[in-house]
Amino acid sequence: MAKTVTSTADTGRIRENVGFRTRPLTGSSEGRIVERLVRGFLFLCATVSVATTAGIVFVLIFETMSFFEKVSPWEFYTGTTWTALFNNAEYGVLPLVAGTLVVSIIALIVALPVGLAAAIYLSMYAPRRLRSVVKPALEVLAGIPTVVFGYFALTFVTPQIVQRIFPDANVFNALSAGLTVGFLIIPLVSSLSEDALQAVPRDLRDGAFALGATKFEVATRVMVPAAFSGIVASVILAFSRAIGETMIVVLASGGIPNWTIDARESMQTMTAYIVQISSGDVARGTTKYETLFAVGFTLFLMTLVLNIASHFLVQKFREVYE
Amino acid sequence: MNAINSSLVTTQGRLRRRQIFGSIMSAALMIATAFGILVLIVLLISIVRDGGHTLNWNFMTALPSRFPDRAGIRVALLGSIWIMVLTAFVTFPIGVGAAIYLEEFAPPGRITTTIRTNIANLAGVPSIVYGLLGLGIFVELLSMGRSIAAGALTLSLLVLPVVIIASQEALRAVPDSIRQGGLALGATRLQVVRAHVFPAALPGILTGTILALSRAIGETAPLIVIGAVAFLNFSPEGLGSKFSVLPLAIYGWTARPQDDFHAIAAGGIIVLLAVLLTMNMGAILLRNHFQNKQQG
Repeated sequence: MAKTVTSTADTGRIRENVGFRTRPLTGSSEGRIVERLVRGFLFLCATVSVATTAGIVFVLIFETMSFFEKVSPWEFYTGTTWTALFNNAEYGVLPLVAGTLVVSIIALIVALPVGLAAAIYLSMYAPRRLRSVVKPALEVLAGIPTVVFGYFALTFVTPQIVQRIFPDANVFNALSAGLTVGFLIIPLVSSLSEDALQAVPRDLRDGAFALGATKFEVATRVMVPAAFSGIVASVILAFSRAIGETMIVVLASGGIPNWTIDARESMQTMTAYIVQISSGDVARGTTKYETLFAVGFTLFLMTLVLNIASHFLVQKFREVYE
Repeated sequence: MNAINSSLVTTQGRLRRRQIFGSIMSAALMIATAFGILVLIVLLISIVRDGGHTLNWNFMTALPSRFPDRAGIRVALLGSIWIMVLTAFVTFPIGVGAAIYLEEFAPPGRITTTIRTNIANLAGVPSIVYGLLGLGIFVELLSMGRSIAAGALTLSLLVLPVVIIASQEALRAVPDSIRQGGLALGATRLQVVRAHVFPAALPGILTGTILALSRAIGETAPLIVIGAVAFLNFSPEGLGSKFSVLPLAIYGWTARPQDDFHAIAAGGIIVLLAVLLTMNMGAILLRNHFQNKQQG
């Protein structure tokens, strides 16, 4: 008996294996059938999410396979020219990957220091009343639709920031998109990193203070190292979010696949390509239609690897200090 | 004695330096935090400045137009409302059902773990990939075409993980004593859930659902992929209609080079943000209302 109790203690729920049946004393067999039916329905609801994943993987792989019958994976993953819209089309995905990575890395350069600083400030410095204003404001920032950020990138960030610093920058440029994606993911970095910092046991912090460390020393030499895996996980997650970000790059970075790392130029990302093609009418079965899924599959794999890495970091190091 | 004195002096000097450095850095941290808020303020101000003057009744009710001063958001707004209502009808029962199963019924084991991990992973899939799912399955395989139904189903799958996770949290917050009390009186697990656990968790579930819907209403990319268009000249009539939504109209206008179109894009953004703000306020008020009721 004691054993079964400990096995349920981790979830805090009473499970059927606790050792007693939970059937009504006066229950009719009809009631039991209804109970089973409802339970079956609830189970079906839970499997919808698994079906969704299966659907995503199936659709992406299915169409990508027929694409790879026409274009070899080698050509797709090593080619540096992407001219899917031309008559003499070449399908080298690297320019799109480069666009995606340049935008995402710029975004991280913005969001990592600002988000982490905000997390440290909110968890260690901010008075409670300030915190209760700043945190919701950052949440509001996170809740603004990305198309709005896209508008902001094109009509404010490009002319007022990017073109002031680089007067020769293109109207559509990867820098503006990257900066704005960075603004978008600041709240993600700050809230997840703050959670990681809050999870550091108080003893560590108090111990460091007792040894005479200043607040900043406690933050950078005790708290951040102790919460390091959680912070890295939040950064990976933010990076994955930046890679999948669509509307900002569509509006601000333009539609020219560009094998470069010069962020002042227009660079198309994987997501922007998908939007560009599907805005027109693409018929099923054409190579153009299949490129959508081949590019989407590549994007999906990149974010999946990052998400799993982030999840793994959180799981692995979660209990170190408990 | 001298040695001790001089070491004391240097220690104090170092301490002072460390303290000064600490206060400089604390100011830097504060500035960084303020930066996030600053972005929000600049964004809102620039949008109100660009689009505030375009807002009038005509803008709300007119059809799209080649002339910016005659264009309106009627079709897009109606499309957004259709999409939101349909998404709510699909997501709420499935999301809550899944959460109830996972929290109240699921036996510990491999299947349950798989479902849980899967939901966490789904929440990290980029929204445009859901668009490809919708295009491949709903639009093509099930031949629904580029219709409202396909759009609503796609967005339902997109926000489903959000609804499930929020509902799970709401169910977890219901104290176990309520479940034990019900079971001890001979109720079945289903009776306990229906009569006690679910009502107690409902405010949290509704709040989570509203927030998930506010995410759905701001989504653009997946709807472009399944073939919604920026401008249409007729309002949606049924599940099979072609459709547009507010974010798509904003996208269409922003993508044009003329400043006049940017102005109405900003006008559309103001309407969209107002809708979102209303929904979020509603969610907060709902939560507070029920919290007070339960305490009082």
